[in-house]
This record gives sequence, structure tokens and C-alpha cells, in this order.
Amino acid sequence: MAINWFKYSAPTNFYALAGKLIPWFAWPAAILFGIGFYIGFFVAPTDAVQSEAYRIIFIHVPASILSMFIYLIMAGYAALGLIFKTRLSAMMASALAPTGALFAFISLWTGALWGKPMWGAWWVWDARLTSELILLFLYLGFIALQASIEDPRRADRASALLAIVGSVNVPIIYYSVQWWNTLHQGSTIKFSGTSMHVAMQQSMFIMLAACWLYAIAIALARVRSIILEREANTHWVKELGEKA
Amino acid sequence: MKHLSLLGLLWLVIRRDMLLAMRRRADVLTTLIFFVMVVSLFPLGVGPEAEMLRKMAGGVLWVAALLSSMLSLPRMFAADHLDGTLEQMMLVPQSLSVMVLGKIVAHWMLSGLPLVLIAPVLGVQFDMPLAAIWTLMLALLLGTPVLSMIGAVGAALTLGLRGGGVLVSLLVLPLTIPVLIFGAGAVEAVNSGLDAVSNLALLGAFLLFALVFTPFVAAQALRISME
Amino acid sequence: MSWSEFFAMNGYAFYVWGSYGVALLVFLIEIVAVRHRRKLVLRQLRWMNESGETE
Repeated sequence: MAINWFKYSAPTNFYALAGKLIPWFAWPAAILFGIGFYIGFFVAPTDAVQSEAYRIIFIHVPASILSMFIYLIMAGYAALGLIFKTRLSAMMASALAPTGALFAFISLWTGALWGKPMWGAWWVWDARLTSELILLFLYLGFIALQASIEDPRRADRASALLAIVGSVNVPIIYYSVQWWNTLHQGSTIKFSGTSMHVAMQQSMFIMLAACWLYAIAIALARVRSIILEREANTHWVKELGEKA
Repeated sequence: MKHLSLLGLLWLVIRRDMLLAMRRRADVLTTLIFFVMVVSLFPLGVGPEAEMLRKMAGGVLWVAALLSSMLSLPRMFAADHLDGTLEQMMLVPQSLSVMVLGKIVAHWMLSGLPLVLIAPVLGVQFDMPLAAIWTLMLALLLGTPVLSMIGAVGAALTLGLRGGGVLVSLLVLPLTIPVLIFGAGAVEAVNSGLDAVSNLALLGAFLLFALVFTPFVAAQALRISME
Repeated sequence: MSWSEFFAMNGYAFYVWGSYGVALLVFLIEIVAVRHRRKLVLRQLRWMNESGETE
């Protein structure tokens, strides 16, 4: 029983598949958020140095990781769309961008709220926060470019090129900022011990998984709208409109 | 029809862009004046204290250079796009990448090189030591071409769009941050009595990297925008 | 940990709940926005269908 995966690269088929898949990602995400939160707050102990404030990391770190991960996936889809000229790939890239940007925002916000009690300032120009800010700019640039171009094909391809150029730059930017930061004696985040308590690791990992599942669910939901918007003139969408 | 070598093509494009720019000298000068003005704004904003200005000088001049380069970017392709020359350039069998490189070189000579040359004057305004000024000039010499090159990709992607200059800046500025970091870092190193060689070497590496890839990428961006 | 300790977070309540609160808010806003977008598209399609059928 060979599954013809390629049939799902047609927006028609993917639309239906995505719709069925969403609950399979959304519900586990919610459950994992609950479990991760519980372990992070009720099982993990109080940190000797940072007291209760350290618990912010259970949302801060997953958000940071995901914001970077999503950018790369987005650029990957964009590249696929450019090379193979598949419309769906470009649509997936567009669907992922807002989610990635929002995760970058959450990372910056929670990072600031963590920094204030720890180092006394709302914003410290440490390598990770600064790189995260630049990543947010890259996301916003992608979204702005797409929004500025009327022709959907040109918009897809132009933003795809931008995403690819951006992703090549991301490691360069990251290391430049790291270097810049060590030069200016940035502060680093330290815990009381050399290793993290097991429960802390567990919670972080579970929250990371939860965020990831959430991202997939919301991107699938968004891409369904994008498909409808783009394919509005096709037969199957018209039929869908009749049923609605 | 005389056969045109790649180098000949490059020279042709550079010469043409330079000639056209010379007929509209105001454009070139406004970029320069903008650079000088932005640099002069900083002391007005932060105060004239010499020690602080000396420390800031490298960063301020670099940020101003970034902004000035961004300003002049739409000019790279806009005029040719409007009068149809760009379309012709793309139809011709010769390499589009080489033509784009020619345009980048011309852009740099008109927007980047003047900044390098006027930097010492501004450096004196900030009471920079001589060694720092030299380092700054060298860093700008290596870095401003990279700005033109990355900018070319941005200008090509945003061809004909409304919001022109600002949109290009939004897209390009984050990508130029490494150049800013190491360019200003070079000056700071010299100010701290250290060697700026590693910073300058990295800038050189960026330059080579950009030289190899950006003409091709910008040419692709042009094709995307012009379809 | 007791409930009062949970809410107080040893004095760091503002920072911890400010973080989680905003994160939750962002997720909720995103979900609402995506659903709203879908609603708009479906409405638009229905409208297009109706004007098409009267031909």
C-alpha cells in the first residue's frame, strides 16, 4: 500500500489533509503545555540564586528555540517553492512567518522580564537577546516584503529569496553578535549549580515539544485560509463555497 | 557586432552608470551631505564631551554610512527600470550577473567611496586619534562595497514597489549588522591599543564572500521582480 | 508549594506571571486571528458564489 505523497503537494488535497491533522497537533500541544507547566512549577525546586524568577525559562527558552527553528523551516519551504515552483511550499512559508515572529516577540518579552529582576535592567544587550531582536527584524522584513507586492507569484518568489539570504546570514549575525558581546563584557545567565535539576530539564523539553506542536497546528490552520484565498477561482474552492 | 568579453561588459556598465550619474550630480552630493549631517547630529544629541565622542566616533560614522548607503540604493535600478533599459539588459545574451556587478561597482564609487574619503574630516570632528582614522578609512573601504552588494539584492527585490527607500532599508539593514559590528570593532580595537587585523580580515572575508555570491543573487532577484 | 506561594512567586509574581500571561495572550490572539481570517475568506467565497450564480 504505497501512499502517493506527492498528491498532497496539490493545494486541493493538502487543504483536506491539513484540516484533519490540526486536532492531532492542537490537543497534544495543550496537554503538553499543561504537563510542562505543572512539572516546571510544582516539581522543579526553587533555585538558590534566582529564586522563583527562573521559572520564566520554561517559556523563554522554548520560544527562542522555536523562533529560530521556524525561520529555518520557513526558508526551507521558500527554497523548495523557488526551486520546484510548487505553490504550496510558498504558502507554507507565508503561513509560518507570523508564528515565528510571534515566538520571537515572546522570547524578547519574557527575556526582558527575566532580565529585570536578575540584572536590574529591562534590556541587556547580551548576545542571545540581541540576536533574537535581529531575527524579529528579519521576520518583519519578510512579512513586509510579501505585503508590499501585489502579484502573489512575485511576492512568493521575492520573499523566498529574502528568506534564503536571511538564513545564510543568521549564523553570521549570531556569531558577530556573540563576538561583539564578549568584547563589551555582556552578562551571562547562571544557575546556582553547574547542572540543572532533572525536573527543570524535563519541563523545558516538554514545553519545547508543546510549542512545536502548537506551531504546527496554527500554521496548518493558517495555510488553509491562505489556500482558500489564493485558489479562490478554482472549481473545488467554488464548490466548497457552495457547501459553506 | 564586436564581441564583448565579460570584463569589457563590466567596464561598459560601470562607465555608463558613472556617466549618467555625473549628469545628475545632485544625487551623489545629497548622499554625501546626508552622511555629514547625520554624523553631526550625534554630538548635538549626546553632548560635546570629547572623551565620549571619541569613544562613539567609530560606531556613529559606521551607522551613518549604513544609512547613507540605504538612501541611495533605489537609484541603482530605478532609472533603468523606468525607461525600459533594465528589460533590455535582461534580454541580452550577456551575463546579467556581470552587468549587476557593474552597477554595484558604480553605485559604490558614487555612494561608498566618497564616504571613505570624507571620513577623516569627520573623524577630526570627533577628535579621533590618527591611527583610529586610518583604521576607519580602511574598514570603510572594505565594508562599504559589501553594503552596496547586499543593498543591490534589496533594491532588486523591491523594484518598482511603493515605500521604496524605507522598505529596502528594513530588509537590508539587519543583514548588514555583521559589517557594522566588525567595522566599528576595528576602530574600537585600535582605540584600546589592540590590533585591528582580525576585524579587518573578517571584513575582507565578507567582501570576498559577497563578491562571489551577490551579483548572481541580485540578478535572480531582478528576474523575479521583472517577470 | 501552596497556592499563595504559587501566586506570589517569592516576590517575583509580576515577572513570572507577566511573562506567562503575555505568552498566553499572544497564543490566544494568534488563534483568534487565524480563525477570523478563515471566517473572512469563507464569507468572501460565499459572496462570490452567490453573485456568480445569479448570472
